[in-house]
Amino acid sequence: MLHGTTIILISFAYLGLLFAIAYYADQRADAGRPVIASPYIYSLSLAVYATAWTFYGSVGRAASDGVGFLPIYIGPTLMIALWWVVLRKILRISKRNRITSLADFVASRYGKSALLGGLVTVIAVVGILPYISLQLKAVSSSFRILVQYPEIIMPAEVGAAPIREDTALWVALILAAFTIAFGTRHLDAAEHHQGMVAAIAFESLVKLLAFLAVGVFVTFGVYNGFGDLFARAAAEPALRAMMTPMEGVAGGYSNWVWLTILSMMAIMFLPRQFQVAVIENVDEKHLNKAIWLFPCYMLAINVFVLPIAFGGLLRFPDGSVDADTFVLTLPMAEKQELLALLVFIGGLSAATGMVIVETIALSTMVCNDLVMPVLLRLRRLRLNERPDLTGLLLGIRRGAIVLTLLLGYLYFKLAGEAYALVSIGLISFAAVAQFAPAILGGIFWKGGTRAGALCGLLAGFAVWIYTLFVPALARSAWLPIGLLEHGPFGIELLNPLQLFGLTGLDQINHAMIWSMIANVGVYVGVSLAVSPSADEHRQASLFVDVFRLSGEAGGARFWRGTASVPELYNLLARFLGSASADAAFAEYASARGLRWPDERLAADADLVHYVEVQLAGAIGAASARVMVGSVVKEEALTIDEVREILDEASQVVVYSHRLEQKSRELEMATAELREANERLKELDRLKDEFVSTVTHELRTPLTSIRAFTEILLGDPEMELGQRRKFLGIITKETERLTRLINQVLDLAKIESGKAEWVESAVDMREVISDTLAAMGQLFREKNIKVEARLPEKVSLVAADLDRMIQVMLNLLSNAVKFCDAANGWIEIALAEHEGCLRVDVRDNGRGISPEDQGEIFSKFHQVGDALTDKPHGSGLGLHISRQIVEHFGGRMWVESEFGRGACFSFTLPTGAAVAVRAA
Amino acid sequence: MSDLETRGQRFVALCMLGMLLFNYPILALFNVPGTLFGVPALYAYVFIAWAALIASMAYLAESDG
Repeated sequence: MLHGTTIILISFAYLGLLFAIAYYADQRADAGRPVIASPYIYSLSLAVYATAWTFYGSVGRAASDGVGFLPIYIGPTLMIALWWVVLRKILRISKRNRITSLADFVASRYGKSALLGGLVTVIAVVGILPYISLQLKAVSSSFRILVQYPEIIMPAEVGAAPIREDTALWVALILAAFTIAFGTRHLDAAEHHQGMVAAIAFESLVKLLAFLAVGVFVTFGVYNGFGDLFARAAAEPALRAMMTPMEGVAGGYSNWVWLTILSMMAIMFLPRQFQVAVIENVDEKHLNKAIWLFPCYMLAINVFVLPIAFGGLLRFPDGSVDADTFVLTLPMAEKQELLALLVFIGGLSAATGMVIVETIALSTMVCNDLVMPVLLRLRRLRLNERPDLTGLLLGIRRGAIVLTLLLGYLYFKLAGEAYALVSIGLISFAAVAQFAPAILGGIFWKGGTRAGALCGLLAGFAVWIYTLFVPALARSAWLPIGLLEHGPFGIELLNPLQLFGLTGLDQINHAMIWSMIANVGVYVGVSLAVSPSADEHRQASLFVDVFRLSGEAGGARFWRGTASVPELYNLLARFLGSASADAAFAEYASARGLRWPDERLAADADLVHYVEVQLAGAIGAASARVMVGSVVKEEALTIDEVREILDEASQVVVYSHRLEQKSRELEMATAELREANERLKELDRLKDEFVSTVTHELRTPLTSIRAFTEILLGDPEMELGQRRKFLGIITKETERLTRLINQVLDLAKIESGKAEWVESAVDMREVISDTLAAMGQLFREKNIKVEARLPEKVSLVAADLDRMIQVMLNLLSNAVKFCDAANGWIEIALAEHEGCLRVDVRDNGRGISPEDQGEIFSKFHQVGDALTDKPHGSGLGLHISRQIVEHFGGRMWVESEFGRGACFSFTLPTGAAVAVRAA
Repeated sequence: MSDLETRGQRFVALCMLGMLLFNYPILALFNVPGTLFGVPALYAYVFIAWAALIASMAYLAESDG
């Protein structure tokens, strides 16, 4: 049995655990070892998008129209694909300008306008109320269902509880207290709530696990997998239509598309999403992982929505159980007490995560962009003279949190009962979508102005109120229902559900179309009609060109006036406390090689800008501007001056870009030249070497020829035997000379590409056997055993027959030269493999050392010790052979182990022979 | 810088592809009776296309080029 007390105790234990996690993360952050500096935590914290709506409401939606719940998650996935372009830019802008909230962003973009910031805050608070009420409704009704365990009774049947037992109110109050303890313990100049982010990431895990647990239980525990479940659902006549759900839904595809677009906006502009994605982001690089991890999370939490929906429809066919509660009631119906409890905790974590982040984000907005600007303008309060305002700031935020939650509760009481969860949430989505034109326009279009944004937002918000908020109140009988049936005062054209007679759309769809037409139209129209002020012009450039303008080209350049260091310091200390102010000034001073305090620190434009940005981190851009303005004497810049500075800045940027590019090109050209020069030097060296080697090689035989002819000339009496011997040597040396000269000529021809190649289809078997026959005498003389392993038949290769014989002769005569003197043995193998003929010539000589293997194919390379060994050839044979083989598209190489013989191999492609034969 | 721009353009293209995949008329092609692995065709299609889209995004986000 689950008692109310047990459930409450467990809930509080869970909240306590969250608090512990947050506390631990804060401690770690203070110690300089933040836990949230991880892309995984960042991705999980983004999953605060999945609220009680996802946890309970998706199933409810799926039970009525099948796939209708999915655009809410597919839209964000599509938007996230654009994050690389859009969110990266917003992140960069926000970091540079110390943006603290959505309202601050909009205000800052349009000339630090306090009015605009206030308007965005009001829209956000009013727009989000339905969403908060949704969470309260989900938590309170899931609690009220769970306490009835094992009975399943809908809360509506129990009847209204007295205020003392009103669960929703208690939930609101407890969450308010919890959020205050969580998010407003101290004031952070950067508005980072590391503890909160850690706790939210943990909550994301809990709700995912709880939901997957129910999904697995229903799909595989109650039924036999997806196939079984869907087959049984399809067998029910009542559910058959849901197998092809697009036809059944009113509005069908258009509805689907609008929901997708709406969700695309929501993932960017819900205050809590902006808070976790932008404000709490600690590293831009985390985006790379979040771009796919967060969509993965959404996919995972949706896989079991349909099975649970169909499971619920099959289990409770009579419609007595609200589909929004299937996630909880299915385990209860199956008497799974613990699972039901886990679901309740999962739902609680989904709801609390949303409420905590949303109210913290809203409270920052209310404080910085609504209350403070007003208080600061009221001179009677003399806020400027108070020494420390941090307490006031925290107080305002705490008040805002309580107020937001109580308003959410009020909305729940007024309108919440009449709608399903998803319908309530969509009203909020439509409200925050109104920010899209002002923000997206603001970061990509310099022409958007303050007046345009202000009017556009007002117009869109007015349409939203009229087409969504008013009907919600009317449905709950707080306004006459006749308004929805016949329009106000009986004017049909003004019917909030069919404005100007537009029918056939669902309510959200209808509201989106009209509000977006009004919003975008007015934003663009007014922006084009009204010219911007100097402030707006400057901010527009800073935002749109954030990637182009470097930090130095930023805000400080636009300030001209006089200020004093102590006044600026006091200002910062009043809002941040003196410790933070000291730290900020010390950082600024050390960046300029000074120490704080130091009299040399000048109150120049840089310092004023620095203080303003620091202050903006605590009280928002608009208020910071007002406060800084109160302590410095500023000379207003005219719009022409701002333009001039901007043009100058962008010209400088363009100029330096061009300069950089030029110098890069120059560097590249230099490198190329240097390389060419190196190559020329190398060629020159090679040529010298070649000439000296050739002359050296020519001189050796010449010397011996000359020596012997001189002997013969000088001694006419020489006996015949001796004479013949000397003449023999002379002939041999002459032959060697001729061979050398021929080879040099040959090489020159091949290398210059002037060699004549007679290409024909050559049978390598013939080449090998011809060569062997020609060399037979030599083998016998040297007593060398020769083994030739030739296949029966091989493909022909396209080559020059004489050249191939030259290659074989060269390889074989090398082998003869180097093979073992006593037991000479040479093996020749021919094989065909993968379109290539391969010839191996193996000997059993002393082999070639690894160092020589690389060099052996270069010109004039002679293996062996140059001092002791007699040269065995010109050193050109292998080089020429390789050139020949490569000319015919083959490859030549050597494999050898020193002392174990060598194997020279080459390959020739067989494919080309066909073409030659045909020709 | 141009590398970042190229990747940005690839992401935009991916988003457009996604819009195409989850829209009329492609959706209508799968809005028919019949099942895929025991799951009604439309439901199966949406989840498979979704997973493929995420996989492409992961590849693009994590690749160096």
